[in-house]
Amino acid sequence: MPCPPPADVRNAISSPRTGHRGNLLTPDSPTAKAGSTHLLEVRNLATRFATADGYVQAVDGVSFHIDEGEILGLVGESGCGKSVTSLSVMRLIPNPPGEITDGQVLFEGTDLRQISEQDMRRVRGGSIGMIFQEPMTSLNPVLTIGRQITEAFEVHLDLKGRAARDRAVEILNRVGLPDPSKKFDDYPHQLSGGQRQRAMIAMAISCNPRLLIADEATTALDVTIQAQILELLQSLCDEFKMALLIITHNLGVVARYAQRVAVMYAGKIIESGTADEIYATPQHPYTTGLLSSVPRLDASARDRLESIEGEIPDLANLPAGCAFEPRCRWAVDRCGIQSPDQVPVRPSQGRLAEGTAHQVACWESENIATGTALGKQPS
Amino acid sequence: MTTRFVERNSVDRGGTSADSETNTTLSVHDLKVHFPISSGFLIRRQTGAVKAVDGVSFDVAPGETLGLVGESGSGKTTTGRAILQLQRPTSGSVQFRGVELTAVSAKQMRPFRSEMQIIFQDPYGSLNPRMSAGRIVGEPLTVHGLGGDKNQRRDRVAELLERVGMNPAMMGRYPHEFSGGQRQRIGIARALAGEPSFIVCDEPVSALDVSIQAQILNLLTDLQSEFNISYLFIAHDLSVVRHISDRVAVMYLGKIMELASSEDLYENPTHPYTRALMSAVPIPDPILERRRERIVLAGDIPSPINPPSGCVFRTRCPIATEECAEVVPELIDRGNRHQVACIKV
Repeated sequence: MPCPPPADVRNAISSPRTGHRGNLLTPDSPTAKAGSTHLLEVRNLATRFATADGYVQAVDGVSFHIDEGEILGLVGESGCGKSVTSLSVMRLIPNPPGEITDGQVLFEGTDLRQISEQDMRRVRGGSIGMIFQEPMTSLNPVLTIGRQITEAFEVHLDLKGRAARDRAVEILNRVGLPDPSKKFDDYPHQLSGGQRQRAMIAMAISCNPRLLIADEATTALDVTIQAQILELLQSLCDEFKMALLIITHNLGVVARYAQRVAVMYAGKIIESGTADEIYATPQHPYTTGLLSSVPRLDASARDRLESIEGEIPDLANLPAGCAFEPRCRWAVDRCGIQSPDQVPVRPSQGRLAEGTAHQVACWESENIATGTALGKQPS
Repeated sequence: MTTRFVERNSVDRGGTSADSETNTTLSVHDLKVHFPISSGFLIRRQTGAVKAVDGVSFDVAPGETLGLVGESGSGKTTTGRAILQLQRPTSGSVQFRGVELTAVSAKQMRPFRSEMQIIFQDPYGSLNPRMSAGRIVGEPLTVHGLGGDKNQRRDRVAELLERVGMNPAMMGRYPHEFSGGQRQRIGIARALAGEPSFIVCDEPVSALDVSIQAQILNLLTDLQSEFNISYLFIAHDLSVVRHISDRVAVMYLGKIMELASSEDLYENPTHPYTRALMSAVPIPDPILERRRERIVLAGDIPSPINPPSGCVFRTRCPIATEECAEVVPELIDRGNRHQVACIKV
C-alpha cells in the first residue's frame, strides 16, 4: 500500500487536468456531421468538483450516444464518474462545488448546456426521465404518490384534477403497482421498496420521455424485484421506442438488457462497443479483469476468482498516464506517462464483426490481444 | 489449543458418517426465532409474532461452507445471530461441537465466543471509529486471554494483519483512514484473532465493489483451507454463494425451501422458488442471456407477521394449487442429500 504523496505533489498532478483540453476529436462515430443523428449524443463531457485539495475531475472527456429505443449500459465501480455523467446530462450538478467545464450534450440535436434553466426544467421529467437508486430518499415523504405524479402533469402537460388522477392511476397500473387507485393516495412509507421504485418509474415515465436514465435503479432491490423492474423497463423501451441509459456496477444486468456498453474507469470511458463484443472479446485489461473477477452463476464452484490487484484510485490523486496503470499487469513505460484515448479495435485484436464501433483506450491492447505484450517487469 | 487443532484436522471433510458428534461442527434443529408484537394501552399483551425464523434445520461439517441465500426479510441474518446466541432462539436446538448452546448461560457462552466468530456486512459500521486497527484486531486476544504479554500480542496482531493482506505498519491507523475493502480485511483479522473453528459471514462482500469483492472472497477461501474453518455464508447474491459454498440452503420467509450441494442446486434446482431466484440472477454473458429462461415472480415477499397458510411461497408460486394452502411442506431428502420442501415437485 503506497502512502499518498504529499499535497504539493498531488497538486502538481491534478492541476494540469483542471483546464481540460485535447481529445476534441471524439472517437465516437459520426461526429463529423453537423448536429447529431442520435437521440442523445454526449461529446467530450468534462465535470469537475472543487475540493479542499484542489479540483477533482470526476468526468474527464466522456463521449457516448444513444438511439431511439436503444438500451445503453454505462458500467463502472464506485467513484468512476458514472453518476456524475448522468447528473451532468440533466444539469443537476450542484454548483458550487461542481462545474461542467467542457463538452456538448446534444439531445434531439439541441445542446442542453446552452439552453436556459427554464427550458431545461421542461426537459427534466418531460422528454428525459430519471430514476435513482434510493426510492425512499428520492420520493417526497409528505406528499402522496399520486400528488407527486400529477405534479409532473401540471408542469409538463397542463393536465389537472380528475383527468390527471385518471392518467396517474393508469400509469401506476402500467408499472404493475397492485391496487393503483388506492396506492394513488398512499404515502411513500406505506409502500415496499419494490413498490416505491415502481412509483418512481411511474413518475419518470408519466410524460412519455424519449430517454430514461436509470441510475443504479435496482441496486437496492432484491433480485426477484430487480428482474420485475428491469423487465418492465425493457417492455417500455419496446413499446414506446423509449431509449434507456442503465447506469450500474452489475455486469450481469448490462449483459441481459443492454445492446451497447460503455465501461468507465476514473472519469473516462475506457472501452465501448456492442454488448456481445465487450463480453466476448474484451480489450481493456480493466474490462477483462472486471469480467473475470465476478463470480458467475454458471461457473463451477470454487474456481479461484481472478481479482484485480490494488484499490480503486482516488480521483483527487490520479496517476499521470493511464489511470489503470498502477493496477495493470500489462503496463509499460508509456502507460505511466501518457493517457490513451479511445481508438477503434483492429481486426487483429479479435474483433467480432466488420464495421462495428468497438473502441478501447489502451496503449497495449493490440499487443495483449495478439499475445506480444511484455507486461510489467517484475521489480 | 493443540487438541483442538488435532481434532479439527483429523476429521474427514464431507464424509457421510452417521456419528454427528464428531463429524459436525454445528447442528441446528428446528430453530425458531419469533419476535413478539404487543399492543394495548396500560395493559400490554402479546397479540402476534414476527416469525423471522420458523423451523430451520441444517448441519455444518468441519471446514465446510454452508451458503444461506434468500431475499431481504427471509430470516438469514436472524438465523446467523441465533446460532451465535446473539439473539436467543424462541425454540429449537443449536449444537456446537456437541454442546447445546441454547441451554448455556451468557457466562458459560464466553469460551465459545472466540471459537464462533462473525464478519459483518457493513465495514463502516462494524469497526469502532475511536480504536486503531491494531486495537480492534487485538481486542479479542485481550478479552479471551489468548495473546500472552503486550509484545506477543502486538506480534500476533501484526501477523494477523499480514495474513489478511494488510501492511502491519498500518496498525496505528483508524478505520476512517481505510477503504471499504481494507476495513473488511480488518474485520476478518479480528474474527481470526480468536482462532475460530466457525465463522458466520453475514453478507461480507455485498457492500464492496466488484473488483474488491473477488479479493475478499479469495481471502476467505484461502483462510478456510489454511485453518479448516467452517463458514455459514449469508448472502443475497446467488452467484457469490454458489462460488464459495459447498452446500447451499435457500430461505424464504423464515423457512428453508431447498438445501443441496452447490453443484447439485445449480444443475438441478427443484423448488419453484429456487428456480425463480436463479433465473432472476443475470449472467455476464449477453449471448447466453438471450437463450435463458426468465421466470419473473409477481409481487413482494409477504409479511412475516401473517405468513400465508400452508406453503409460505404459494402466494407467488407459479405452480401453486389449493392444496398448497393447506399442507405445510416438509423439507424432504430426495436422495443425494438434496432436500426440497414442496409438495408439487
